Amino acid sequence: MRSWLDYTVEVNVNAVAPATTDGREQAAKAAVVSARDVTRQYGEGETAVQAVRGISLDVKQGELTAIMGPSGSGKSTLMHILAGLDKPTSGEVSIAGSTITALDDNALTKVRRKHIGFIFQFFNLLPMLTAEENIVLPLELAGRKYDRAWVDQVIGKVGLSDRRKHRPSELSGGQQQRVAIARALASRPTIMFADEPTGNLDSKTSAEILDVLRESVEEYGQTTVMVTHDPNAAAIGHRTLFLADGLIVKELHGASAHDLIVAIDEVGSA
Amino acid sequence: MIGVSLKGLAGRKLRALLTALAIILGVAMVSGTYVLTDTIDKAFSQIFQETYANTDAVVNGRGADIEFQGESTATPPIPEEILEQVQSVSSVEAAAGTVFDQRDAKILTKEGKAVNTNGAPSFGFGLDTSEEASRFNPLKLLDGTWADEAGEVVIDSGTADREGYAIGDKVQISTLEPAEEFEIVGLAQYGNTDSLGNATFAAFTISEAQRLLHRDGQLDAVSVAARDGVTPTALVKDLRSELPGDVVNVRTGLEQADEDAESAEFTTFIRYFLLAFAGIALFVGAFVIFNTLSITVAQRTREFATLRTLGASRRQVLGSVILEALVIGLLSAIIGLFAGLGLAIGLNELFKALNLELPSTDTVFATRTIVVSLLIGTVVTVLAGLFPAIRATRVPPIAAVREGAELPKSRLAPLAPYFAIVTIAIAVALLGLAMFKDDLATAPRLLSIAGGVLLLFLGVALISSRVVRPIARVVGWPATQIGGVAGRLAKENSMRNPARTAATAAALMIGVALVTFVGVLANGMKESNRGAIEDQVQADYVVTAQDGFSPFVAGAGDALEEAGVGETVTPVRSELGKIDDEAQYVTGIDPDSIAETYAFEWQDGSNAVLAELGRDGAIVAKGFADDNDLRVGSPLELLAPNGSTALLEVKAVYEPPPFFPLLGAVSVGRELFDSLYERPRNQYVFVNVEGSASAAATKELETAVADFPDAKVQTREGWIKQQDEDFNTFLTMLYVLLALSVIVSLFGMVNTLVLSVFERTRELGMLRAVGMTRRQIRRMVRHESVITALIGTALGLPLGIFLAALVTQALGQFDLRFEVPYSLLVVFAVIAIVVGIVAAIAPARRAARLNVLEALQYE
Repeated sequence: MRSWLDYTVEVNVNAVAPATTDGREQAAKAAVVSARDVTRQYGEGETAVQAVRGISLDVKQGELTAIMGPSGSGKSTLMHILAGLDKPTSGEVSIAGSTITALDDNALTKVRRKHIGFIFQFFNLLPMLTAEENIVLPLELAGRKYDRAWVDQVIGKVGLSDRRKHRPSELSGGQQQRVAIARALASRPTIMFADEPTGNLDSKTSAEILDVLRESVEEYGQTTVMVTHDPNAAAIGHRTLFLADGLIVKELHGASAHDLIVAIDEVGSA
Repeated sequence: MIGVSLKGLAGRKLRALLTALAIILGVAMVSGTYVLTDTIDKAFSQIFQETYANTDAVVNGRGADIEFQGESTATPPIPEEILEQVQSVSSVEAAAGTVFDQRDAKILTKEGKAVNTNGAPSFGFGLDTSEEASRFNPLKLLDGTWADEAGEVVIDSGTADREGYAIGDKVQISTLEPAEEFEIVGLAQYGNTDSLGNATFAAFTISEAQRLLHRDGQLDAVSVAARDGVTPTALVKDLRSELPGDVVNVRTGLEQADEDAESAEFTTFIRYFLLAFAGIALFVGAFVIFNTLSITVAQRTREFATLRTLGASRRQVLGSVILEALVIGLLSAIIGLFAGLGLAIGLNELFKALNLELPSTDTVFATRTIVVSLLIGTVVTVLAGLFPAIRATRVPPIAAVREGAELPKSRLAPLAPYFAIVTIAIAVALLGLAMFKDDLATAPRLLSIAGGVLLLFLGVALISSRVVRPIARVVGWPATQIGGVAGRLAKENSMRNPARTAATAAALMIGVALVTFVGVLANGMKESNRGAIEDQVQADYVVTAQDGFSPFVAGAGDALEEAGVGETVTPVRSELGKIDDEAQYVTGIDPDSIAETYAFEWQDGSNAVLAELGRDGAIVAKGFADDNDLRVGSPLELLAPNGSTALLEVKAVYEPPPFFPLLGAVSVGRELFDSLYERPRNQYVFVNVEGSASAAATKELETAVADFPDAKVQTREGWIKQQDEDFNTFLTMLYVLLALSVIVSLFGMVNTLVLSVFERTRELGMLRAVGMTRRQIRRMVRHESVITALIGTALGLPLGIFLAALVTQALGQFDLRFEVPYSLLVVFAVIAIVVGIVAAIAPARRAARLNVLEALQYE
């Protein structure tokens, strides 16, 4: 496993970030999500809190990006902004080439339908629907004709073929999260966001869920951004961004869980 | 603990307000009813007290005083000479005679129609307006002068206002004489009473009144004032000794006022009638309170658990929820109490709009109103909150640390269906008892009907949580078809918490069931009425009074006969009489022509018998004959109100339709009738014309009765339709009053939806995140609301039909028909859908406006 790892430890300070992404790293593949100088401030005046202080990044097609950082580092806020759930105080976000920062609620909803899949920490399934009904819900909300074969494939992929008709209350936590992953994959989103996908699961189940996630990225080339506390989760990513105080302070490529633990310590003490 | 409870309540103001509204309406109805009926009562007693304020004794005619089905015969007049005899009694200081008639002085509108009093009196007075007699005058002159000579009249200011008459105007007034023109010389009111309701009066000079009201040489009453030092009782004693006891009655003024006031007892009826609707609204309100508190208790499970871990005892938890109910109840009761003042005005306007104006005076806000309103509002709320409060005590402290803590199931929950079945069984037993047990007094009968219906609703509500899912599957189907995925989710949501949906729907069910009950029963009544008329009346035309039911002057019938317009003109007289000491309606028929316009269903006899009626023959209705063991040849004694009697023999027995027999229990020949009743009146005049009814014939008939504006010419079909319309007016009032309980259940639906939206916050956030638009969210909430409303309808419609069928059965002896008006039921279902849509407006908006991020992070 270690052999394919490639250390690229560099500190990405706010001021140099644009130069980094624009100039030095010529992307082989197109960036499907990009953020430019994004800041997010909560409150006004003396009580104002800068959750995100100015972040620019690109997520490339087929890439799994993990975002780590201590509580309050701004990682969740960043993900919410990238996903169009929250609006930045300044800066710009674009998904699949179009800017989403200025869109109204209706247009944003359409963007979410077409381009975005979500996986939540608490699964967020509808209790009265079966596993399969939950999975196709976003497709039905969009009112699109959908590809049955693809849905069946996804359900097989996450290992739920024999659990289609079960309701969430009849499924274990891991199975529920598999439903959630299938729900996110079903619409073949441009990008999938996972918010602490293992945060509510035991370690064995977590490992299984991470396998499912990794396989879907590898097999389907599903671009994914994952926010996590868990180094084991982040270790399946192609790269990991470390946030502290609203800034990206470190970026690792292909790091192992061990590397990540070391990095967490560094960032934490920095 | 009290502080925690109150602060919690303050923190949920909107919810508390919505909950309160459910009770406010019911209490407002209670207080409004009391205010309105107390005010009417006061107006009535004012009328009577003022009438006799300066009268120590009253002398009037001694009659048979026959009372039947709320009607009573007028006291017969006394000879004029009585006045002189009274004046010559030594203890009398002053005395004045009055002519007084309750129904025959009809003031005409400018269009020449009689003012429709809708059954209220149209008084005619002949008043002594001299200085010394003014103390006896019940009227208060507002403007102008009293009538001083023939051709002058004083009318009540209310009628003058409504019809646009002023002093100096000419007005047509019809009496027992054809309409004549009078000059209005003054406007008056009855004592200090602002409004007499629909009643009208016209005051003439005594001699003019005697002529118009056919009281030549007669007076209706002599009012007497005693000399100083003579008590009214002593005065009455003196008068009794001097006057012929077989001709007159002598009473003190107070006794007379009490006697008269008894005829105003119908305010008691109105009071209980309206209170019944208040009770229904409160009952529905109790459902809403129960449901709301149940949901909030469930949602606050963790809060209660936390309180328990901090040392709160079960008793304290119980107390905190009950206190919450108590505060909501008391606040709602206070608001409702004052809202009732406004509602009283609204109710009065409702009556007015339906042409049932009631007398009014200054608003009466009695202590009893305040006490009853506050008590009932608070008690109902606390009772409804009791069960949720007990459930709150069952939350274990450990729930404080559990993820997704849920309220433990009630220990009684598994027993609920059995409990429901027992409740329904008791309800049906009570209803059966009330409806089919013959020898039951009215009060226990009404109580067991009310109790039975309430228990029935309760039982159905208890069991309804079991039927919510199947019903939702059916009534939710259209939503899944037209609402897309939002509609499907709505259907699923409505089935998620069957107990909650059931309780919400049950509140609406009550209103729907009652409306359906009324609608179905009314439809049966209309059909029965039409059938009864069509079976009996063969005439082309039916001439009645303007209101369609009061007896009217015989002169109109005479005019029709004289005009020779119709092929057959046959008047039907009607008055009260006593037959073998039993009060009954007696009809006078024209033996020669009645059979051409009225179809007798002979039991024993034939049309040929009619010719043999003569002056001692009688035709008897079967029901009356059976009850009194009468058969052809039996003797009968008929007593008229003026005391004259006739000995009769039964000549034939016929069977009229029990629902609406047009003729009285006993019918006699017109000649005999007219000799027994001093001022005979017609209830109907049946007319056959050559060919059939036509516009030309109608015109001719109308011209013939032009001088009798109280007479109304209608074709048979027109008459039936007119009765349907009058009945519809009453129906409308019932619907409006029942709408109140539907509005209460609407608040309940809003409440449940708001609470469900609140509870599903995170879920809504997820839905928005995965691509649900605001419009889809609103649609989802709206469809859930409509499905709930349809569940209530699906329960309420059959329940209402069942109750109507039961009552139809119970009224079997009246041959009441049972016909379900399907199109009306469709209208009710559509209204229920509208209620669902309206209830969803605010909750749907709330759900759609949720901030996605905050909703997702919501616990």
